[in-house]
Amino acid sequence: MSQEKRKIIPKKHPMPHQEAKVRSTNFEEVALGYSEETAILEANRCIQCKNTPCIDGCPVGIDIPAFIKMIAEKDFTGAIGKIKEKNNLPAICGRVCPQENQCEKLCTLGKKNEPVAIGRLERYVADWELAKGTESVKIPETNGKKVAIVGSGPSGLTAAANLAGLGYKVSVLEALHVAGGVLVYGIPEFRLPKAIVQKEIDNIAALGVEIKTNYVVGKLSSVDELMQEGYDAVYIGTGAGLPSFMNIPGENLNGVYSANEFLTRNNLMKAYRFPEYQTPIRVGKRVAVIGGGNVAMDAARTALRLGAESYIIYRRSFEEMPARLEEMEHAKEEGVNFELLTSPIEIKGNEEGRVVSIVCQRYELGEPDESGRRRPVPIKGSEYEIPIDTVVMSIGQGPNPLVQQTTPDLETNKWGNIVADECGRTSKPGVFAGGDIVTGAATVILAMGAGKKAAEAIHEYLQG
Amino acid sequence: MFKIVLKEELAPKIKLFKVLAPEIARKARPGQFIILRIDEEGERIPLTIANFDADAGTITIIFQEVGKTTDLLGLMEQGDFLLDFVGPLGMESEIENYGTVVCIGGGVGVAPVFPIARALKEAGNTVISIIGARNSEMLIWKQEMSGISSKLHVTTDDGSAGEKGFVSDVLAEILSQTSVDRIIAIGPVPMMEAVCRVAPKNITTMVSLNTIMVDGTGMCGACRVEVNSETKFACVDGPEFDGHQVNWEIVKMRANMFINEEKIALSHKCGEGECQCHRKNEK
Repeated sequence: MSQEKRKIIPKKHPMPHQEAKVRSTNFEEVALGYSEETAILEANRCIQCKNTPCIDGCPVGIDIPAFIKMIAEKDFTGAIGKIKEKNNLPAICGRVCPQENQCEKLCTLGKKNEPVAIGRLERYVADWELAKGTESVKIPETNGKKVAIVGSGPSGLTAAANLAGLGYKVSVLEALHVAGGVLVYGIPEFRLPKAIVQKEIDNIAALGVEIKTNYVVGKLSSVDELMQEGYDAVYIGTGAGLPSFMNIPGENLNGVYSANEFLTRNNLMKAYRFPEYQTPIRVGKRVAVIGGGNVAMDAARTALRLGAESYIIYRRSFEEMPARLEEMEHAKEEGVNFELLTSPIEIKGNEEGRVVSIVCQRYELGEPDESGRRRPVPIKGSEYEIPIDTVVMSIGQGPNPLVQQTTPDLETNKWGNIVADECGRTSKPGVFAGGDIVTGAATVILAMGAGKKAAEAIHEYLQG
Repeated sequence: MFKIVLKEELAPKIKLFKVLAPEIARKARPGQFIILRIDEEGERIPLTIANFDADAGTITIIFQEVGKTTDLLGLMEQGDFLLDFVGPLGMESEIENYGTVVCIGGGVGVAPVFPIARALKEAGNTVISIIGARNSEMLIWKQEMSGISSKLHVTTDDGSAGEKGFVSDVLAEILSQTSVDRIIAIGPVPMMEAVCRVAPKNITTMVSLNTIMVDGTGMCGACRVEVNSETKFACVDGPEFDGHQVNWEIVKMRANMFINEEKIALSHKCGEGECQCHRKNEK
């Protein structure tokens, strides 16, 4: 069938899901993935246009039309190989990338119809490979140089894989007891199964990358000490690991968690399986999650699955919410309640110091602010109280300061983020940084893009 | 995996482990802590470092069996392995030549006071120590503390060893007779609070807060405390703070966050369902 004659299918093939009522009671993955048949049908929707705008929308520059063509031709080995030329974590990106703002946003087909479901196809072929097991990879010949990667989140893993591919001896140093960073402590099992993350990390380790857990850079070794120990360059990808609070009364009461704590207890420590797993979580009957980002959606949906009524409290409206549309829709379908144009001003507790209610104030939208979003303005006298047992603060994360504190000659900005250029070069020779530690909290794929660019810059630095 | 190279029972339910962790032993300083996890299902629990030996590559921890994880820890034997052992975490103690320093350890809190007192002595301070326990049987590390103190006072609640009474009573006596420049107190919260009541506000009185923690690197904020009316994270800003500035009500309240869950964990019987909580790590 020639490209010209093919009839255009206006809509994406739908993603099979666990039914909302069922999934809101378990931690199994929500989106089930395409079947082979659906993947091929969807791949055939791609018109293989000449100007390939989708590639420009991909932060790591995957040759999207090429891998889709291979799926259409049932050449899954070729398709995953094509993706892996640019992306070492495809099963993860296929799940958590905001494709609607990247590749799919620019898709030619998407001008008049729905774009090709690029993310779902990426996931399909990545899962296909993980299910069948990867071929043994050839470890590239070593060039004798050593690079330390601080942090094993998406940025660090990407830098590690790229540098290993160039022949460097790479050590990834992770503070927690498992590698993966936000992919394991932050994003819930029902959105990104930890077994998938582990397999992707195993694939990176198979390239000869050494992954050292329980290694806190800034405590066990400083960046300078790493360089004295023989690392020729250091890449810092320590992420946005410092929770923000609102500084309202009652924030230190029992029952107020940062989103990081709430999610880490569940995802990393598996508190949802307490007492079999020994880390506890306490949610009570009603949980209020403050914030409107993806992390807030993750926390609210986790609270539901722990058996609580779940509320998102956000000071603007749906239109301004930074979360992905898909995540908001999933949350709504599952029964998360949205209290919009409202923000807490106080958390009240009982005599034992446990949260019993949250006092909120209504907002209305005023003129647009610097971000272009309409500024929320409090309405005087609109205070009201909601009985609540648990509050999860999900209003953003700052940069974790441990590395910066022990690296005095590393330039930081006024928020404590490391200053680095677009290639990840910092003020300190041989030290590179990227991902959330540089940009502030962003997405998995942007962190990966930064890791990839930094790997190139490190290569240039060490070969130059 | 981190090998337990020595296990000693110091008192009923109080045990000492030396754990082989050469990288941590090389970097550890007085006042810092480690976080450990026994096995895959285990919690991450913080324990203040009781001693470190860079040459032997060991970290000494001393713990009291007070809940699920410490009970399980107590069942581990010499030669067993801990799945995870990370550190050194937290800020090290401020060590200077202050003059005369009173170092106070209550119960299992004697252990973390020891390396601080030793460092203070090495820095030229006159170290007066007070160690206390419920009774003589529960008193630990008297000999160790004696070796590094100019004068060692012992108290027990029942008078079965040393003076009958509390460490804070002895502190009050010392303060009435001697000029003291700094106080260090580590032990149960009521003890540290009592010490801060007795100590004059103009004498810095450092306490070590053993709060609930998860990651121990500043990421989760479970360890929030209020110091000088500001929220601080015990894991990265502490664990030591000037006790005169600590909001003790918040410390006590937050320690009870999971009090019900702790009971559930203790009553959870092994062998039910898929529970494997007594599965030992391979030797």
